[in-house]
Amino acid sequence: MESAVWLRDAVCCRGGFPALAGVDLDVATGEILLLRGPNGAGKTTLLRLLAGLASLDDGRGTVLGCDLRSDRRALRPQVGLLGHDLMLYEDLSVVENLRFFAALAGASEAESQAALDRLEVAPRLGDVSLRRLSAGQRKRVAAAALAVRRPRLWLLDEPHAGLDESGRGAVNRLVRDAAGSGATVVLASHEAPAAAEVATRTVELVGGIIPGPTGAAAPPPVEVRDA
Amino acid sequence: MREVLLVAAKDLRIELRSRVLLYQVAPFAVATLVLLGFALDADRSALRNFSPGLFWVAVLLTALLAAQRSVAVEHAGRAADALLLSATSPARIFAGKALALAAQLAALEALLGVAIVVLYDARVEHFGLAVASAAAATVGIAAAGTLYGVLAAPLGVRETLLPVLLLPVFAPVLIGATRAFGDALGTAAVNGWAWFGLLGLFALVYAVFGALAYGPLLEAET
Repeated sequence: MESAVWLRDAVCCRGGFPALAGVDLDVATGEILLLRGPNGAGKTTLLRLLAGLASLDDGRGTVLGCDLRSDRRALRPQVGLLGHDLMLYEDLSVVENLRFFAALAGASEAESQAALDRLEVAPRLGDVSLRRLSAGQRKRVAAAALAVRRPRLWLLDEPHAGLDESGRGAVNRLVRDAAGSGATVVLASHEAPAAAEVATRTVELVGGIIPGPTGAAAPPPVEVRDA
Repeated sequence: MREVLLVAAKDLRIELRSRVLLYQVAPFAVATLVLLGFALDADRSALRNFSPGLFWVAVLLTALLAAQRSVAVEHAGRAADALLLSATSPARIFAGKALALAAQLAALEALLGVAIVVLYDARVEHFGLAVASAAAATVGIAAAGTLYGVLAAPLGVRETLLPVLLLPVFAPVLIGATRAFGDALGTAAVNGWAWFGLLGLFALVYAVFGALAYGPLLEAET
């Protein structure tokens, strides 16, 4: 199966510290990979590396066929990241946030409303500024803003944190739908039961490396083989 | 152009919702003019003669706050990451943010213009020169403010570093705009249009430099 993510000996330093210290990882297209590990293991850094937001300091890697050293700008529009920081505007309302990111992605207002509906964001909250929402509601809005961009690779950092049961269910439905439509999902989560419900494979990240087999049996992507 | 307007409209909508410009920056601008008047302890004719310089000192101090605010809205919640993950080019993001900042500065300059007429008894003799030089200065201030804002953004000392970086950069604007306004307000016997040319050059240089440098600087912020 085609590889959406291919990393070999990936090193990524944050403030001089090697947050990733030689990661090997393969993720097949359409896979839902659960990334587990203790605090400080490097999960967030790995997701930011896969999003093209952190630089690859050593090793090799491609994501969606884009080289992580030379092609990060081409990669970014194909990736959606839901991080600890929600990457939304606190002073804008729910609808204004969604409309802005939908417009940047070339999506319609109807699509942004549909994304809010999928995440079960109550219509009465549409005109409420983000800073007035609860943590769970904000997380739902951020997930909707990600969904409206229709990324090929979904990177979710603790997507279930702060959500009630219905919110966790809505996120899991979103993840399954994304994978069903051909997207790849990598999610880092401490909420083991909720995340394991949707994951098709789990890998453990410890101290900046993935010990043991990583599913790295896949051959390098064509563009790496040809290089 | 559509993406430039989207980013600019987003920034202006944020200001409209938060009302920071209305309730904090605008009162600061007027208070600055009032305090400068107190400091000079002068009669109205002296204040009138100094009004071009006092006006632009107030504009530049106010621009520091507005530039800080423009950076802060992207820094909070790492919204800048979302812009980087969009297909929008950094040059368009720069243009949109500079456009929004210029619109806010223009509104503040209009307010300060009324204030110097009321407080300092200033009189506009060459309206076209006043508007043209204010427009050129505003574009330059907005472009430089947006550029240096993103330069200071990743540093933990942004609030104190940005004024240190920006005030020397603003010095040519202060000189040129004060001379041009001196001619427009009839307080200085200089060729105001020549100084307008300097302001236009400053605006052009920072608009081009900003469009080129904004992307790498925004990357460094991540």
